[in-house]
Amino acid sequence: MQKKKSKYLWILSAVTVVFVLFIWWLVTDGLGIFTSNTLPSPIKIVQAFIKKLTDPNPDGATLGAHLLSSLKIVLSGYLLGVVIGIPMGIVMAWYEKADLMIRPVFDMIRTVPGIAWVPVMVVFCGIGFTSKAIVIFIGAVVANVINAYSGIKQTKQVHLWVGATFGASNWQLLTKIALPSAFPMIINGLKLSLGGAWTTIVAAELLASNRGIGYMIQQARGILRPDIIIVGMFVIGIVGSLLMLPISLLEKKVMKGGKW
Amino acid sequence: MRMEQTGKVKKDFIVCKDVMEEFPKADEGMFRVAENLNFTVKENEFLVLFGPGQCGKTSILNMIAGFDLPTSGSITVDGQEVKGPGAERGMVFQTTCLFPWLTVMGNVEYGPKVRGVGKKERRKKAQHYIDLVGLQGFENHFPVKISGGMKQRVGIARAYCNEPVVMLMDEPFGHLDAQTRYLMQEDLMKIWEREKRTVIFVTNNIEEALYLADRILVLTNCPTKVKAEYKIDLPRPRDYTDPDFLKLRKEISEVVDHTL
Ligand SMILES: Nc1ncnc2c1ncn2[C@@H]1O[C@H](COP(=O)(O)OP(=O)(O)OP(=O)(O)O)[C@@H](O)[C@H]1O
Ligand SMILES: [Mg+2]
Repeated sequence: MQKKKSKYLWILSAVTVVFVLFIWWLVTDGLGIFTSNTLPSPIKIVQAFIKKLTDPNPDGATLGAHLLSSLKIVLSGYLLGVVIGIPMGIVMAWYEKADLMIRPVFDMIRTVPGIAWVPVMVVFCGIGFTSKAIVIFIGAVVANVINAYSGIKQTKQVHLWVGATFGASNWQLLTKIALPSAFPMIINGLKLSLGGAWTTIVAAELLASNRGIGYMIQQARGILRPDIIIVGMFVIGIVGSLLMLPISLLEKKVMKGGKW
Repeated sequence: MRMEQTGKVKKDFIVCKDVMEEFPKADEGMFRVAENLNFTVKENEFLVLFGPGQCGKTSILNMIAGFDLPTSGSITVDGQEVKGPGAERGMVFQTTCLFPWLTVMGNVEYGPKVRGVGKKERRKKAQHYIDLVGLQGFENHFPVKISGGMKQRVGIARAYCNEPVVMLMDEPFGHLDAQTRYLMQEDLMKIWEREKRTVIFVTNNIEEALYLADRILVLTNCPTKVKAEYKIDLPRPRDYTDPDFLKLRKEISEVVDHTL
């Protein structure tokens, strides 16, 4: 029943995609309303994509090299942010003293949007890998701390009581009750911060970089190559959703009994 | 009945002495839930606390469980003053509060698991109680996917599986339809006769009280105290249509009407 339904919906989406592509083709190559200097046709985009796979012109690197550069920065900053942010949020929520100690600094950092860290980081570490990885890291830490923190805080009192009537220690209450309670929120943090990291890297590369998908788009804009801009946009979208896959799989696996 | 069979005078197992409890009110001042609350429970006795809605029944159980402490007065269990929750006092909560991230089996084996009982042994024990509440075949179901009555059964099995000395039951059948409720009462009596425990059972249903109790304490409205006490010597299993049953029902109902 459920399988049938999702298959049906998939067909609906496919129809929409084909329709949009057709309209796009019609207004470009079909009727020639737009020239390829303003809006290139879908076919031209595919051609530009294939060419950019091997051609380092006009911005000094192939599409793969740009993508790899962006991915390296995003994944390093993001993973480090997750590994530090989640435990930090948990510790802050569970131990009041840790909360009091960390909170003043944390509240100061969290109010500054990720992209606003770029200029200062560029001054400190240049426009290479490090500055942007740190910016991504900060954003990821903030989102993961907040979500892990609220998740733990939202643990139901009565669930903790159940644990207490079983003689659970404070550590068992945290790991066996508060942590699973917080799981949906933690997943939420993982997703939000990944989306944030991907947005931030592109924005940062538009501002200050010599490599990366954002940089490629920025260069293409300077020399009026809308085909490369659009290729870049598609790559951003597709890679962004592929990155979400492992998180969704983890979510499905742990929440196989239904949401809570 | 049972007590006469053993022929011994049982000692007072649970003693509530001059218990008074206050909660801070939302605006200001204190709200007094219980006052001059005095009662005792014998070992292996099935005591029913019978009182109107919102009279403080849950508050009394919470104090015996150790989730809250009396503002003044004392509660002792087996000679030990209650200072906090403990594994020897199990609770079946008014609203089901199973862990949604665990299966039926996971929930029931939770107590022994926390105490470090080996997997094989605790599975065996959990299976025993799952069978006892009639849930064989549902071991691997998750709480969201089973009915309200089944959830209550899991809650009972979970509390029993930890083998507490005292079982606190807070209107465990309150949300069930009449038919399921009768069945659950019957089953509970069967379980109790096989696995003797000191039980304090809270209800606002007079028939349920009469069907289950060795002794019924009628509670007043807030601040609650014991208004009347009835020793129920009817033979088990009891019959709702038995003339003695109906006579007691009428008598207690009248007392309660005066209480309200
Ligand atoms: N933690 C608390 N803080 C403030 N007031 C409370 C608290 N717990 C209970 N009360 C109040 O004490 C009164 C009795 O509550 P309690 O839940 O013990 O009654 P009850 O007899 O179990 O009610 P019900 O029939 O709904 O189960 C209520 O008026 C409630 O609002
Ligand atoms: Mg209650």
